[in-house]
Amino acid sequence: MIFKKTKSLEEKFHKFLNLTNETALVFLEGVKCYLEKNQEEFQHYLTLITKQEKEADSIRREIETVLYEKTLLPETRGDIFDLLEDLDDVINQTEETLLEFSIEIPDIPEKYNEHFLKLTEFAVNAINQVVKASRKFVQEPTNVEHNIHKVYFWEKEADRQSEKLKRAVFRDDSIEKLSKKFHLRYFALHIDMLADKSEDVADKLSIYAIKRSI
Amino acid sequence: MILFFLSGGLFLGWSLGANDAANIFGTAVGTKMVKFRTAAIVASIFIVLGAVISGAGASHTLGKLGAINAIGGAFVVALSAAFTVFWMTRLHLPVSTSQAVVGAIVGWNFFSHTKTDYNSLLKIISTWVFSPILAALFAALLYVILKKLFQMWKLSIFRLDVYTRIALVLVGAFGAYALGANNIANVMGVFVPVSPFPEISIGNLFTISSVQQLFFLGAIAISIGVFTYSHKVMKTVGSGVVKLTPQSALVVVLAESLVLFLFASTSLRDFLISHNLPSIPLVPVSSSQLVIGAVIGIGIIQGGRNIQFKTLGKIASGWVTTPLIAALITFIALFFMKNTFNVEVYKENHNLARNNVEIIQSTPKLQEY
Repeated sequence: MIFKKTKSLEEKFHKFLNLTNETALVFLEGVKCYLEKNQEEFQHYLTLITKQEKEADSIRREIETVLYEKTLLPETRGDIFDLLEDLDDVINQTEETLLEFSIEIPDIPEKYNEHFLKLTEFAVNAINQVVKASRKFVQEPTNVEHNIHKVYFWEKEADRQSEKLKRAVFRDDSIEKLSKKFHLRYFALHIDMLADKSEDVADKLSIYAIKRSI
Repeated sequence: MILFFLSGGLFLGWSLGANDAANIFGTAVGTKMVKFRTAAIVASIFIVLGAVISGAGASHTLGKLGAINAIGGAFVVALSAAFTVFWMTRLHLPVSTSQAVVGAIVGWNFFSHTKTDYNSLLKIISTWVFSPILAALFAALLYVILKKLFQMWKLSIFRLDVYTRIALVLVGAFGAYALGANNIANVMGVFVPVSPFPEISIGNLFTISSVQQLFFLGAIAISIGVFTYSHKVMKTVGSGVVKLTPQSALVVVLAESLVLFLFASTSLRDFLISHNLPSIPLVPVSSSQLVIGAVIGIGIIQGGRNIQFKTLGKIASGWVTTPLIAALITFIALFFMKNTFNVEVYKENHNLARNNVEIIQSTPKLQEY
């Protein structure tokens, strides 16, 4: 009985991590389509990411209910609970940012497409690495450092790319309106935030691992 | 009337179940790894089995220390030991039932002008010092082995949780068996020479000796203690005083159980003797002190953190104060019982040691002695 419950919980946890990965990839594809002005495909990815966000929410709630109702993992559930909440926050951020693209329709000059794409890729890499670190945490709690370093690497790369993009935008005389520059900065900031949130999760994972090595 | 006289021991049994079951299932229940209901059922069954099947060894050593030959005396000894434990616990002084019982027996020896067997006394006292050290050694060794195994198996958090729960119940069952085997001597040991129960034969299949019936009754009292009061103690152990992870708790309980078993198992003792190895005296030891010893053992392996030398000092002081207080209380209580209530607390014409050994040897479980 207890084996069955734990197996189902483990499967749900991995399903949640898979969804986190997938939303990051869908986000990347969505941004690509937006930059390529492929509205139809963009809309497809926006619908998909909204669906995935809802599914992730429901799985997270299911896991949390089982953890507390069946008193499973009494020593670890606090950390698992926080980890799920933080990863869910990353998922929400991907969905919200893609939705912002569809609402605010930022006018991104073509010469910045490469910048935005690179920034998105770096942020998505950070998410993918934090998902790997989370998976490692439940499999080998004391051995997450390797993956955590990669999260930090991609977060720094995203920061560097975001700064480069913002500097270029604010020094670009072809963009006359300051409001437009602010608008571009706003989107760069929000994409970069995905990497920052991943870094926050990695920091916590690092502490969870230390707790288990004592 | 017999039940009234046995009540001293039954009260000791209840108090042992209420307090010492937490040394086995405390962290498991306190951290919600095992439900109290499961813990109480497993503990009760295995305490009874341990007491009835393997309880005779440690009782024999107590019997050698002082053969209480009147049920009134046994009642006073048990009640005085129980009162010492109760009173010292209320004063927050470190106390162990095993040490209180030994002190009370010596108190009876003084009162009845019986020569105390100092060899047995020395053997018993040396185990008080030796047993926590042994628990620390076992815990340190088990901790290293378990850590290596966990690293090798690479268990996920989810699987580790399941396996730890199962292991806590299994090790808890072994711990309960060992506790029953070792500590039943504290509860009923003093009544062995004066056991009022006749031997029961069930067909030609097996016989239940007088001593086994006595131990069964004592074990039932321990189980009632487990069911009625130990939940509170377990919750305190699990969430307060010594905070352990479920995996460390597993090591602590296993180390404690092994030591309890070593000091209770006649088969193991016989095995050691037959192989010309130094034998282990079968003596009731304090499970609480074994837990502290085991926790310190893990602490040393982890680099000497969390070792509270004050606690160690307190334990050592308990080795002296508990038996002295128990002996004094017993002496005074025997005086009042004899002179005020005219109860026979010892028989004048007796050869105590011989009497005791004869009675114990008449039980089938102890034929090998």
